[in-house]
Amino acid sequence: MSYLSLTTEDREAMLRTIGVDTVADLFRDIPPGVLFDRVLDVPPALTESELQQHLERLAARNKVDEVCFLGAGIYDHHVPAVVEAVLQRGELLTAYTPYQPELSQGVLQAIFEYQTAICELTGMDVSNASGYDGATVAGDACYVAKLATGRGRIVVTEATNPQVRQVVRTYAPGFGLEVVEVPADGGTTDPERLRAAAEDAAAVIFQQPNFFGCLEPAPSLAAAAADAGALPVAHVDPVSLGILEAPGNYGCALAIGEGQSAGNAMSFGGPHYGFLAAREDLVRRLPGRIVGETVDADGARGFVLTFQTREQHIRREKATSNITTNQTLLALAGLVHLSLLGPQGLRELGETCMALAAHTQRRLVDAGLELAFPDRPTFKEFVVRTGRPAKDALEAASAAGIRAGYPLGRDYPGFDDALLVALTEKRTVDEIERLVEALAA
Amino acid sequence: MKLIYEKSRPGRRGSAIPKPDLPIPTVPAELARREPPRLPELAEPEVLRHFTQLSTRNFGIDTGFYPLGSCTMKYNPRINERLVGLPGFRDLHPLVEDEAAQGALELEWQLGEILREVTGLDAVSLQPAAGSQGELTGLMLFHAYFADRGEDRQRRRIVTPDTAHGTNPASVTMAGYELTPVRTDARGNVDVEDLRSKVDETTAGLMLTNPSTLGLFDENIEEIREIFHGAGALMYYDGANLNAVCGISRPGDMGFDVVHINLHKTFSQPHGGGGPGGGPVAVRASLEPYLPVPVVVRDGDTFRLDHDRPKSIGKVRAFTGPFGVFVRSYAFMRSYGPGLREMSEVAVLNANYMRARLEEAYELPYARLCMHEFVLSARALKREHGVTATDIAKRLMDFGFHPPTVYFPLVVPEALMIEPTESEAKETLDEFVDAMLEIAREAAEEPELVKSAPYGCPVRRLDEVRAVKNPILRYGFEDAVIRSA
Repeated sequence: MSYLSLTTEDREAMLRTIGVDTVADLFRDIPPGVLFDRVLDVPPALTESELQQHLERLAARNKVDEVCFLGAGIYDHHVPAVVEAVLQRGELLTAYTPYQPELSQGVLQAIFEYQTAICELTGMDVSNASGYDGATVAGDACYVAKLATGRGRIVVTEATNPQVRQVVRTYAPGFGLEVVEVPADGGTTDPERLRAAAEDAAAVIFQQPNFFGCLEPAPSLAAAAADAGALPVAHVDPVSLGILEAPGNYGCALAIGEGQSAGNAMSFGGPHYGFLAAREDLVRRLPGRIVGETVDADGARGFVLTFQTREQHIRREKATSNITTNQTLLALAGLVHLSLLGPQGLRELGETCMALAAHTQRRLVDAGLELAFPDRPTFKEFVVRTGRPAKDALEAASAAGIRAGYPLGRDYPGFDDALLVALTEKRTVDEIERLVEALAA
Repeated sequence: MKLIYEKSRPGRRGSAIPKPDLPIPTVPAELARREPPRLPELAEPEVLRHFTQLSTRNFGIDTGFYPLGSCTMKYNPRINERLVGLPGFRDLHPLVEDEAAQGALELEWQLGEILREVTGLDAVSLQPAAGSQGELTGLMLFHAYFADRGEDRQRRRIVTPDTAHGTNPASVTMAGYELTPVRTDARGNVDVEDLRSKVDETTAGLMLTNPSTLGLFDENIEEIREIFHGAGALMYYDGANLNAVCGISRPGDMGFDVVHINLHKTFSQPHGGGGPGGGPVAVRASLEPYLPVPVVVRDGDTFRLDHDRPKSIGKVRAFTGPFGVFVRSYAFMRSYGPGLREMSEVAVLNANYMRARLEEAYELPYARLCMHEFVLSARALKREHGVTATDIAKRLMDFGFHPPTVYFPLVVPEALMIEPTESEAKETLDEFVDAMLEIAREAAEEPELVKSAPYGCPVRRLDEVRAVKNPILRYGFEDAVIRSA
């Protein structure tokens, strides 16, 4: 064991100072009836080299060598080496929440810069310091909307990521909220249908691009929600926001999303970061940490956690949320990645994904396959009908070293032959040909 | 130090994007971005240098001693960072079929087995992303359990002591329950008589941290168990302080029905300046049907995700949870094996040693052996010299230490909550104690020195009131132009 420093002499000296004879004496306040009287039945301790071999064996049992066209919310984008280098700085990696600002200016300034980047991406006024993931921030948005409007219903479009909808449905009852889903028509949501459902709703949550990869008439959806007095909430992909309009510029009250595509590895689903940004009037209702600028005793600029009277450690049962942990390190990864991209890089990243996705759709149609929503514009993802059970198509592609996509029938009836296919900047024209060949066979 | 936006120059960039020789589709005009986001424009070397400079203005457990009470700031082994970066983990998509994720599912299953043994409970969900989300999940499980028994409407109240973490009452409200607070008695235990008078057929359950936030093991835990289980109510264990009792006493044996475990505390996930974390919940068999989906199941030598659980509360987070956190915490547990008991013993030994050395210069409100942390009060220094817990915290920075948690728990005035963890050498504990003793002397002899600290940090004491009164929550690009003009 190498993580403990105390020698036998240290222990004896310390016990003498405390005034007890043995370590067991330190636990005399624990009633004998609840003392654990045997050795923990857990696997034996490993040395570092044994541990590495053990974990390498486990990692080797995961299949990661296929060309990845699977997305559905988590994407195989490139993560620059600089991101990893920054995240391994021990001063950032091994810090707790910045309760003591004089020793935490690095993390606090980084969060301030992150909040700025999220506001720029989304066109909103304020951002919190991040949430757990792209699904839980939707739950957070529901709570903000309930507090802000006093209404008892949440509308979410059926074309919103199923993981997000499931989390909203799980959170809602505790908040005293009912959830209504609005079906899609031909791959996108009809604003008129949404408007009808939004009467008396606290919030309307829609996704842009939606789960099918289609571009929603987002400004019309936001207007429909606002007409009905509900807060419009857009769930967006940060990688799309060099190309697609920012939710703040078409009337959304809140913009949320999964940050993974900007700066985080897929890592079997986490840890990643969710972002949550809002109009200025909602700032005191936001959950989670917020960093603000101030000055120190000498008048120099510095940063602190602010609006803490919203938070659980001050307000307890009257807090806007129970959140303490956020995803600072993952959000920092997002900031580093966005800083490397800049506005031009972000735009080009979107353009490349879009060009590859459009090309793939053309090639699949050339090969005789049908697109599920051929007349809807898309971004980096789309739905193709394979003409056979999706499972069979996936297996055929897998035999060719291709992970072809997500079987949409898992969540949507009538789509048992459909695959949701995602293109990131990492895919090549050659890889696309291999996908087309596998699916056309 | 400049913001990255203040270092930005138009036309610079830090990364190049592949450009296939393909036409770029046009986006319908009404959906297209009109103004580009003002992200920073820098070349790669400047980006790396900016964030490296930021890191030098921050303090982590790698930097020095970090006795932040209730946060369990222990060493974060570097091997775990290497392991989480193995391509078989890092590049695994969460929606692959179970056959393609056998290693990940086995790791999750094994982690759950260790958590079951350490907590003394029957089933585990790894899904919650943090302790507070574990709390919310636990209370949702309470609702589901009672709804199944037709008692959910009747059982509206959750009992929580006044020493509880703020997350407990906040979670109670978020889960749609009503809060019933109970007092702390003169020995620092839950006041059992107050408790008894507040538990009846309208009580859904208890939320308790044991050892408490005072660092004290509740001596009446068996009586508390009788009161709650006798009333048909459930017990929730806030696992923030689990580092005190691994292999020594188990929440399940104390009577708790649901437990969350903070993987970023007891099991060493680096907290990254505020996250990530991990907040798995362990439950008694009677609550297993309601756990979030999916659940990892073992069938012989293979592992699968079970989504078909009709009584499940649903999902509290996407996928199976923060997997990278599981890799690190599992690796940490495997480095200790059954020696997890020694980990907790040393954490408690270190805390008691510091307590014994400090209890004369500072007030110890509850004169008992502590567990893994203890709470001092600077009340006397404030009364006699005008030096507050905040002043002491800031002065500690000049001695090269991260301060303890201050002003918590709320039942102790001018509280200083000190948690050394098992990671520290005796010399470090002594140096910290010596600094605390020196500050107590300074407070008496030259209080202004303490009240104006710190002097050696990247910034002096910061004006937190101004940050609220004049909120600046993002960089003001336009203002900056005006200011420089």
